[in-house]
Amino acid sequence: MQQELIAALVVSVVAFFVVYAITPFLIRELGKRKLAVPDVNRVGGAMVPRPGGPAIIAAILISEAVLFLVFPSDMRNLKIIALMITTFLAFVVGFIDDRRVLGGWFKPLALAASAIPLVLIGIYDTTSVYDPNLTFPIFGSVKIPALYIGIIILMIPITGNTINSIDVMNGIASGFMTIASFSLTIALLIMQNYDVALISLPLGFVSLAFYKYHKFPSRIFPGDSGALTLGAMYGVIAIIGHVEVVAAIALLPAVINSFLFLSSVKKIVEHRQIKNPTTHTEDHKIIATKEKDAPITLVRLLVAGRSLTEKEIGFTVFRLAIFSGILAIITAFLMGVRV
Amino acid sequence: MYAFIGIMWLLILAGGGILVTAVSKISISGYGDEIDFLIASIIKAVIAILFVIAWIVVLSKLKNRIFQKQIES
Repeated sequence: MQQELIAALVVSVVAFFVVYAITPFLIRELGKRKLAVPDVNRVGGAMVPRPGGPAIIAAILISEAVLFLVFPSDMRNLKIIALMITTFLAFVVGFIDDRRVLGGWFKPLALAASAIPLVLIGIYDTTSVYDPNLTFPIFGSVKIPALYIGIIILMIPITGNTINSIDVMNGIASGFMTIASFSLTIALLIMQNYDVALISLPLGFVSLAFYKYHKFPSRIFPGDSGALTLGAMYGVIAIIGHVEVVAAIALLPAVINSFLFLSSVKKIVEHRQIKNPTTHTEDHKIIATKEKDAPITLVRLLVAGRSLTEKEIGFTVFRLAIFSGILAIITAFLMGVRV
Repeated sequence: MYAFIGIMWLLILAGGGILVTAVSKISISGYGDEIDFLIASIIKAVIAILFVIAWIVVLSKLKNRIFQKQIES
């Protein structure tokens, strides 16, 4: 147990400080190469470097590699390998999308493909990567070995795109992921799944370190490469930790955002192709647009009755994330209850 | 919004309960072990998908009821 605690401390410190150290360098490099996009909500429309994904993936890979080396001949290493490969592939998908504007279907399909290594490693070793049962609180689990592969293939695009679709304002994606991933780590500890709790720690600390540069006023945007990396890693942890339901609950505000968006747009499109669901007041606060054909999103609802500053919107989303995180932790406690 | 999240949470718990207590108990017999298993799996999968569709419809109605006024205000 002492070895696990030391490992937890080491991977947390490594994950946090790799992002903390690399990101300023990345901001300078992106600035030099003129890889920046306008911040549409900022007064004067400042150009913000993008993407921050390379710093995020570097920190995840380095910290998980450290964990891999701490326990060289351990069963959990297959989980770490599966996580590193799938998360890296999701980063590649996002990075391609950062550099070229691709169709709305590209990301979900490419992310589904990035889940294939996770499926294959699970088939190679049927006992140590994931458990093909879906466990619900209070009532127990359902055995769905064939259907579970479909759940894995769906899970990575869903979590990836869910985090990507909530990345609409300064700091929201990284701040939201910090809260959701620490909630998931606490849930894993409650369910006594210490191995995966350890593996999940870098996600929270990488998100937290990146939030320092992403919070309002942003010095860098994560881009699709950053958001998809965070979302895909979250999805992999849900699967290898056998906490699919708990993970979905912690993610509810972002799921609602995607649900509202899809149910109002009624098709999968790139966010660049849709009308802006918000507009600005004279004092540069954000308010819902009156345009009927603009999509309904979480942010549009938050500013439907009153205008808010970008910072206030961020904190409102974080309060919703904390509420969902508490529900996820309650659900983790309920996992031990049976009727 | 908090109420909406709370309702979604309850729907997930209730849906899980129905899946575990009712749907997972479905079994078919009389066509040979492998075919029985296959048919039962397909039925379970179809019911699970119908549950998800019903869940989306309920949420959609709920969304329209709760949020439409808010958007129009």
